[in-house]
Amino acid sequence: MNLSKFLTVFFAAALILTSCSSDDDAPPPVTPEEVVTTMVVTLTDGTDTVTLRFFDEDGADGPTEPTGTVSGALKASTTYTGSISILNETEDPAENVNEEIQEEADDHQFFYIPTNLGVSTTYTDKESDYENANGVQFTSENPVGLTFTMTTTADTGDGMLRFVLRHEPNKDAAGVSGGDITNAGGDPDIDWTFNVSVE
Amino acid sequence: MKRHTWLLVFLLGINLLSGQDCSQILSGRVIDFHDGVPLEGATITFDNRTIMTDNKGSYSIDGLCRISYAFTISHKDCNSQVVTLDLAKISSKDFYLEHHLNELEEVNVNESKTKTSSSQEETIDKNIIERYSNASLGDALKEITGVSSLNTGSTIVKPIIQGLNGSRVLIMNNGVRMQDMEWGDEHAPNVDINVANNITVVKGASALKYGGDAIGGVIIMESNKAPAKDTLFGKTVLSGGTNGRGGSLTSKLTKAYESGMFLKVQGTLKRFGDVEAPDYVLSNTAIFEKGFSASFGVNKFTHGWDVFYSFYANELGVLASSHIGNVDRLIASINSGEPDIIRDFTYDIENPKQEVTHHLGKIKYFKRFEQLGKWTTQYDFQLNNRLEFDIRRTEERNKIPSIDLELTTHSITSDFEFDSSEKYKFTAGALFRYQENFANPLTGVRRLIPDYKKYDAGAFLTVAYDLKEDLIVDAGIRYDFNQIDAQKFYLISRWEERNYDQDFSDIVIDRNVAGSQFLTNPVFDYHNVSGTAGIQYIFNDDYEFRFNYALSQRAPNPSELFSDGLHHSAARIELGDLRIDQETSHKISLSLKDSHEKWGWEVAPYANFIQDYILLEPVGTELTIRGAFPVWQYRQTNVRLLGVDARAYANWHTNWITDHKFSLVKGQETDDKQALINMPAPNFNNKITFTKTEWYDFTASLESQYHFRQNEFPPNITVFSPDSGQDVLLEINTPPSAYHLLNFNTGMKFKMGDKSSLNLGFTINNLANTTYRNYLNRQRYYADDLGRNFLLRISINY
Repeated sequence: MNLSKFLTVFFAAALILTSCSSDDDAPPPVTPEEVVTTMVVTLTDGTDTVTLRFFDEDGADGPTEPTGTVSGALKASTTYTGSISILNETEDPAENVNEEIQEEADDHQFFYIPTNLGVSTTYTDKESDYENANGVQFTSENPVGLTFTMTTTADTGDGMLRFVLRHEPNKDAAGVSGGDITNAGGDPDIDWTFNVSVE
Repeated sequence: MKRHTWLLVFLLGINLLSGQDCSQILSGRVIDFHDGVPLEGATITFDNRTIMTDNKGSYSIDGLCRISYAFTISHKDCNSQVVTLDLAKISSKDFYLEHHLNELEEVNVNESKTKTSSSQEETIDKNIIERYSNASLGDALKEITGVSSLNTGSTIVKPIIQGLNGSRVLIMNNGVRMQDMEWGDEHAPNVDINVANNITVVKGASALKYGGDAIGGVIIMESNKAPAKDTLFGKTVLSGGTNGRGGSLTSKLTKAYESGMFLKVQGTLKRFGDVEAPDYVLSNTAIFEKGFSASFGVNKFTHGWDVFYSFYANELGVLASSHIGNVDRLIASINSGEPDIIRDFTYDIENPKQEVTHHLGKIKYFKRFEQLGKWTTQYDFQLNNRLEFDIRRTEERNKIPSIDLELTTHSITSDFEFDSSEKYKFTAGALFRYQENFANPLTGVRRLIPDYKKYDAGAFLTVAYDLKEDLIVDAGIRYDFNQIDAQKFYLISRWEERNYDQDFSDIVIDRNVAGSQFLTNPVFDYHNVSGTAGIQYIFNDDYEFRFNYALSQRAPNPSELFSDGLHHSAARIELGDLRIDQETSHKISLSLKDSHEKWGWEVAPYANFIQDYILLEPVGTELTIRGAFPVWQYRQTNVRLLGVDARAYANWHTNWITDHKFSLVKGQETDDKQALINMPAPNFNNKITFTKTEWYDFTASLESQYHFRQNEFPPNITVFSPDSGQDVLLEINTPPSAYHLLNFNTGMKFKMGDKSSLNLGFTINNLANTTYRNYLNRQRYYADDLGRNFLLRISINY
């Protein structure tokens, strides 16, 4: 290759280079898909309802501290029916994240962990209550925990109640299907603690 | 030649027929094309006569007829030249010979010229590269004193030069500055080590030709030049290792012609499964890597061009147990001392994983001007695509990368090397670069690095002056302009938390972006000045003294400026800062070397003072629905790095050699004397080698590596642990204990015919199967480092 040929290629390349830089369009914003802004745990004994609400307006990426609010105290020696609703309210209408958990019910499980609180919980749902993304019902019977019952003892006082959702836990490990998190493994999708009192 | 002989016969025939006047004289000189030096003892041959030049390079030939003659001009170390002259027209002629043939030949690595005259530098040759052909660039460079690495597992290895890494270390791959998103701790250099024939590390910013921002240093990977002769040669290396149960195959082939034309191809395939610590499998640490490169061109003395293309792709798993959900999982990992996910060995790679591809193309032209120098111009193009896959909430989402960045770079460089003088050598050059980053919005995760355009322009001038035979002075200056023009989305809450609304409200271009975000258009300009000056002095025949001062400025990289949000693969919130400005380094380095046949040593101390040094450190936690996450924030501070690299060797006996290396670096903030994060701990290497040439070049060596504990580290942070319901100390900075590793290596070489040879090599790394953790491995929180590894290597040169 002689000099003139080289220069031809060189300037052709330079031209391509400069022609790349002519677009100034704003990039589209990303709507984060895995944001959870809200978790509402509803506990009802048929007459009274207690609501535990987690709210983080800017999601995990944002600096705003999330808040946990509890609508009132639990009654002693009472059995509550519990259900969990998880939402992404940065979208309009709000995205119901429960559907996603239901579609992969075999890879998710909730745990309810009391501290200084006289409560016991029992799962009331199982994987076979849900359908996967293709509309096929699960056949396995392991718990998921979107619904549960919670029974308070006669003990009263202030304590904490922690809700954990694990992704890809080992549901067959000892105690896990009974609600013991010790051997569950997996990654936390949700891990939040409410201050709760029993009166 | 044959053609010319016939021509000669033909011309002689004319001579006889015409019977002309034969008393012409031709006189002139034979001169070195390169530097204009007259060549003594050059021969001019025609018919049956041979005339030799005198000590001034002059010649005179009498008794010539008024016809055309074919003269053959020769000189030792030069290519002969045949020139046909018509004596009816001329009576004087200067012949130019190419006297620097060695520049075209394969450079003998042991004698390769250094990149700078006065700074600390060291080269590893093809034998060492071959030993690491199934490993990475960062692994091989650790053979060099003062070079360590920042690892994420065993496959992501970022070189650290005298305590500094990432954007402070430039990597030159066949003359092209790698643009491969070097800003991330878990971003390894996207190069196949087998592309290189030798690799030089310049420890500092004094190699200004390559860039002014190499506060850490420059890594220069070079392939060998094709010789200007008809030849075909190649090399194939096959190696396998037990740890990871994999291996690599690499092959290169060179075809060259006497005309200077050449063609080179090279390819590498590397595959390993999960590697193992002494007590367990490190699950999801497999790697699959592919590399290919090809070049062709013409390499003549007076001019040449070449086209080079290389492709690199890898897919690598990130240790499964390093994907922690939140700070409690991190605390649990640090306390348990064992990874919580240990699966059976597999070659499969699952999330979290990385998939990276890198294309590099280059076209280069050079021309030599007689008695002036060499002009080189190059255009290069790079396309780097990085995909990072995380464990996401659903299987479907796992298939979509969380990070999808495409970095496109075009560069034009041109320089002129004025090398005709014996005394001094000037080099002047300029650079233009355009870079564009595209962050794919389809990830469903907010962009960690925004879309941006970056413009660079630079110019430099360096000079090396041979003051006396034993004293060289070198100096240089460089100016670089960088502009970064980004389109960055900020959550309004983050924007306010950072107080950007006060300082940067003018860069907001859209305040109504969905999801409570602002779109901003930060445009930042940086003017960087760098310079160097130093001397090299040789005294008492075998002492070499080098002194160098280097000033260097580096503009912040996109990660330092724009990072914001949860970096899932690192399970931490990383926060950059728009206010971050460039950092300025003043580095003084010395080295004193004394080498003899029987023994030798070198001591190289240095001091690096960096103003506005940019560091990333854990500062606390942020609470999310997934629990608390450590927050890592960029900060600027003034620091100083003091260190020393030392090595020595001794030939105790004909067959026995020992090598000793020691390196130490201490980094601290100048204001409050606080230790710097991620500084390499001191290490001490001792090696004994037995060599017996008669036994097919048999060598065997045993190496002891002692890595001290890093006793200087920044304070740990206190975080709230939901698990224990209270504040706990998170030992995120505490370094692991000291450790000692033994490595064994042996090799033999067998001749196969005239030109071919077969090398056999066998290596055992971590011979004692020691359990250890390395402070500079980001996975030290979760798992032990590699256990014993047996490696077998077969290489064939043909």
